[in-house]
Amino acid sequence: MPEGSLAVSKFVELQRVWLRYGEESGTLALRSTTLAVDRGEFVAVVGPSGCGKSSLMKVVTGLWPVSAGTVQVDGTTVTAPLSYVGMAFQNPTLLPWRTTLGNVMLPLEIVQPHSSRLRRNRAAYEAKARELLALVGLAGFETIFPWQLSGGMQQRAQLCRALIHEPSLLMLDEPFGALDMFTREELWVSLQDLWMARRPTVMLVTHDLREAVFLADRVLVMSPRPGRIVAERRIELPRPRTPAMAFASEFAALVHELRGYIGASRAAAPA
Amino acid sequence: MAMIDAAEEEEALAIVKRRTPLLDRKAVRRALPWLVIVVFFGLWEAAVRLFAIPEFILPAPSAVFAAAWEFRVAILDNAWQTLFTTVLGFAIAIVVGVLAGVAIGSSTLVYDSFYPALVGFYSIPKVAVVPILVIWFGIGTVPAVITAFLISFFPILVNVSTGIATLEPEMRDVLRALGASRRQVIMKVGLPRAMPYFFASLKIAMTVAFVGSIVSETVAANKGIGHLMLVASARFEVPLAFAALLVTGAMGVAMYAIAGAFEKRMTGWAVRGVNGVTLTPQG
Repeated sequence: MPEGSLAVSKFVELQRVWLRYGEESGTLALRSTTLAVDRGEFVAVVGPSGCGKSSLMKVVTGLWPVSAGTVQVDGTTVTAPLSYVGMAFQNPTLLPWRTTLGNVMLPLEIVQPHSSRLRRNRAAYEAKARELLALVGLAGFETIFPWQLSGGMQQRAQLCRALIHEPSLLMLDEPFGALDMFTREELWVSLQDLWMARRPTVMLVTHDLREAVFLADRVLVMSPRPGRIVAERRIELPRPRTPAMAFASEFAALVHELRGYIGASRAAAPA
Repeated sequence: MAMIDAAEEEEALAIVKRRTPLLDRKAVRRALPWLVIVVFFGLWEAAVRLFAIPEFILPAPSAVFAAAWEFRVAILDNAWQTLFTTVLGFAIAIVVGVLAGVAIGSSTLVYDSFYPALVGFYSIPKVAVVPILVIWFGIGTVPAVITAFLISFFPILVNVSTGIATLEPEMRDVLRALGASRRQVIMKVGLPRAMPYFFASLKIAMTVAFVGSIVSETVAANKGIGHLMLVASARFEVPLAFAALLVTGAMGVAMYAIAGAFEKRMTGWAVRGVNGVTLTPQG
């Protein structure tokens, strides 16, 4: 990737990263992976299942130390878990004993400087959380418990939790994987709105190529495990993108092109 | 769409009401446990009279209640002692069980190192430990408290550690990527999450704590329900022995109910969907 080398304002940068789980005989998840993400950019990582997409998330956030190579985020080398990343997963992982509002406020109790200010400025923070919930269509559900919400609503709440502390980096690991088509498309729009309003750097891992094309500025294609980036496609579609655009021929062509890259990488992979 | 008129609605509600079976009604449900006890005692009384079973083999409930009344002072005095040792041992078990459960549940290193030894220790019959406790502490209250503690801390430890160890990896990742310390992960998620497990274990621990203290009193004490039963059977006062059993059972049920009430208050979120509201997806 030529772009990676002229990096000036790169926010996330991986240089020849290897990741092996466990000891010598462990699974090799990443093989000499190199990639870079600009500040404020929305990048989607796609690939066949089990290709190490989630491992990529773990090394970028510092949750797993790399076996070799370097990971840099915001100009510093990652050696321990970062302390500001918003994360969301396929499983909403909301806490059942907290209300929706309580769940969204959770990061504020942990991340500095919010956690030390929270007690004194509770009302202001609560207002912020309510505003965020309203933005994704959850106004009026603040005092409801997560298990009383539908799957799509839980995912919306999870997105709010990932964003409440205005993180500069947002890591999304197939957040809409378990939802039906209609809910998923609605959430694409919600996520795009949230991103356009605050412009965090986003890395979205997904196996849904339409999702990647709809949301991302750039799509990275990973090979089957052990994963590495084998192709890259910039998505020039204008924003805000609408679900209707997903049926345009331009959109379909992009999805088709990406499918081609994945097919090629699977064919080339050792059995 | 056709309109729903008031008469139709009323009729539908009436059908629901009429069709609720007797055994599903709330008042009936509440009365059933008492009914079971009354019938049990009735059958027992009838059997004893019908087959003319001698009192020193199986006393009739009427004889047991009579003995309970006659020896009420002794029974209350000894029951109080047993309740005291049990609750004290149980309270220590809660503190130790929760702390050890957190330590074991939050670290695979601690888990792997200590678990086998704990299982081995717990497998030792507590009745075999009592004589040793007597050598160390003399007879009476102290061995009973320690036995109640030893027998009841393990279920608490196992449950709390399970609750903490089964924390979803994603949840842990969410918190750690926000910079949460180990302690924060345990306080914000681990412990609240372990609460339903903890309360489930309290019900078991509570009842076995009685077993512990009474076993100890039977072996080495001059007070307590265990001691009373030993004396009663030595004197062939079989109705009194049964009365002591009855009181123990009642204390067990009372403590169980207290634990249950706490559970309901603190972990209502874990028992959901029964009377809870479920919202349909919006839009």
